[in-house]
Amino acid sequence: MNLALKDISHNLGRFLLTCLGLSLLLGIVLAMVGIYRGLVVESLGLVRAAGAQVWVVEGGTRGPFAEASRLPGDTREAIAAQWGVASAGGVSYQNIEAQHRGQTTRLMVVGAQIARPGEAPPVVEGRPILRSRYEAVADRGAGLALGEQIRLGRDTFTVVGLTSGLVASGGDPVIFITLRDAQKLQFDLAPAAARREYVRSAGATGTTDTVNAIVVRLLPGVDANRFAQDIVRWKHLAALTQDDQETVLARSVIDRARRQIGLFTSLLLTVSTVIVGLIIYTMTIDKKKAIATLKLIGAPDRRIVGLIVQQAIAMGVISFVAGAALIGAGHGYFPRRVVLEPADSLALFGVVMVACLLASGLGVRTALKIDPASALAG
Amino acid sequence: MAEQPVVEVRGISKHFGKGPTRVDALRGVSLDVYPGTVIGLKGPSGSGKSTLLNVIGCILEPSSGSMRLNGELVYDGKWLRADLRGLRLEKIGFIFQSHNLLPFLNAWENIAVTRILAGASPAQARIRAVELLTYLGIERRKDAMPGELSGGEAQRVAIARALANDPRIILADEPTAALDSQRAATVMDMLRKVAAEHRSAVIVVTHDEKIFDRFDHIYSLRDGALEPPAGAAAATPVLQ
Repeated sequence: MNLALKDISHNLGRFLLTCLGLSLLLGIVLAMVGIYRGLVVESLGLVRAAGAQVWVVEGGTRGPFAEASRLPGDTREAIAAQWGVASAGGVSYQNIEAQHRGQTTRLMVVGAQIARPGEAPPVVEGRPILRSRYEAVADRGAGLALGEQIRLGRDTFTVVGLTSGLVASGGDPVIFITLRDAQKLQFDLAPAAARREYVRSAGATGTTDTVNAIVVRLLPGVDANRFAQDIVRWKHLAALTQDDQETVLARSVIDRARRQIGLFTSLLLTVSTVIVGLIIYTMTIDKKKAIATLKLIGAPDRRIVGLIVQQAIAMGVISFVAGAALIGAGHGYFPRRVVLEPADSLALFGVVMVACLLASGLGVRTALKIDPASALAG
Repeated sequence: MAEQPVVEVRGISKHFGKGPTRVDALRGVSLDVYPGTVIGLKGPSGSGKSTLLNVIGCILEPSSGSMRLNGELVYDGKWLRADLRGLRLEKIGFIFQSHNLLPFLNAWENIAVTRILAGASPAQARIRAVELLTYLGIERRKDAMPGELSGGEAQRVAIARALANDPRIILADEPTAALDSQRAATVMDMLRKVAAEHRSAVIVVTHDEKIFDRFDHIYSLRDGALEPPAGAAAATPVLQ
């Protein structure tokens, strides 16, 4: 005869209502972890989509994601000519706001060269960019349909392909256009005065051909670290391997969000622990007479402790399962990607169990202090 | 051969506090209760009735004296058993003023839980619970929750719970306080039946004059001292 379950079934409505409240809290905790994972996946998604082994960027910077980086476009030819390079492509990244179906949409515009590293990853619908001008491959998150047209700067682009789940670290959906279009878009969007200065200086050398980075793929067997070290000797260039780039991005862009989300998650877990503690304490107080009676008729302390701890654990398990089910069913409706990994769920389940054990401490302490003689008092 | 008392209390004293705040709740109380007898303890509030019941029930440690329960010396200046809850489970049944049935267990489960705590299997405990409910005439209410039972029925379930482990001592604290005269008489008859058939010693703390005629002997406690039963000392097996 399990006294904990008997007591729960006696007050089932109240217990389940409490579990529902707690499940919402734990669901939010799980969602926070999922949002963080989503943030990592989204942030690294764009870096990984380029398919690079080495990123060549402006000297003294860690661009193009963590810091601004600008290189002459012809650097690509110099890099491509290096020993060990299989292919290299110039890329540019810029955030813009575009008008789409009467609404302002923020987009991350990636300019890349056709059939070179940095171009759009395989499309899930449509085809890759084949024409050198005015074609775009957009992520589904942008809300664009295949064949739809969108105005970026002064030009109109036709969506020829769609990718899925590709967004920038800020959550903006990615749209790929050719590098040439992207360079023109950068020039078009500059304020008039800046544009005039630009024409006066850069125009004198006759080029607007700049890129944010050169994406390099190496021949099999070529060591990326060694190659990057060789490039750094060029002084005006810096090079990061793909691992370096992901680490930089994780540290500079994701780390603060991670700490923020981590802090918020800790607070929510603390609140959950306090709630479980208070509920279990209240349930113990409600059972004071029953516990005194049990002690009086001879129930050992382990039975009393078991009654309280099992209820706390049951509350944790039911709330966690309900919270996980809730987030599992609703994670697709979040504006940012929520990635629910089994390992995270398992870890949170462990944390919740520990929290429930800690939370039951107050109830256990109260129960153990109940005087059996109080059962005799009217 | 004469029967041995089930409860032997010798010179039990209990005081609370020290110095000028010291209160003597019990003063040298001696009492023997024999198998098959039902005795009443009466007295004004603060006279020490509940303290004596708590001492005999091994809930409260006396300050001095000795006590033997069912032949086992359990207190002699100190507790002689570490496991007092085990001792209660094994030797003593409790009946309370407000039945104190566990609200989350039904009638038979309330009885069975005592048996399970003593080590019986759930199946054995259930059989015993139903036996006792049948014995006390409320078998048909075995699945009722405490809130669904009348005061008299609940008190009968409480008596059944007290009997679950066949204790030789039953301590009842105002068991009829919440009942009307008819139900109070029924409960007392039930206790007399239990005492007679189970050869148990039943000690009842009561203020209820309506049931005084149901006791073999009634003792008065006044300022912590036990007064002998009026006109019964010589004839009774209950000794002071």
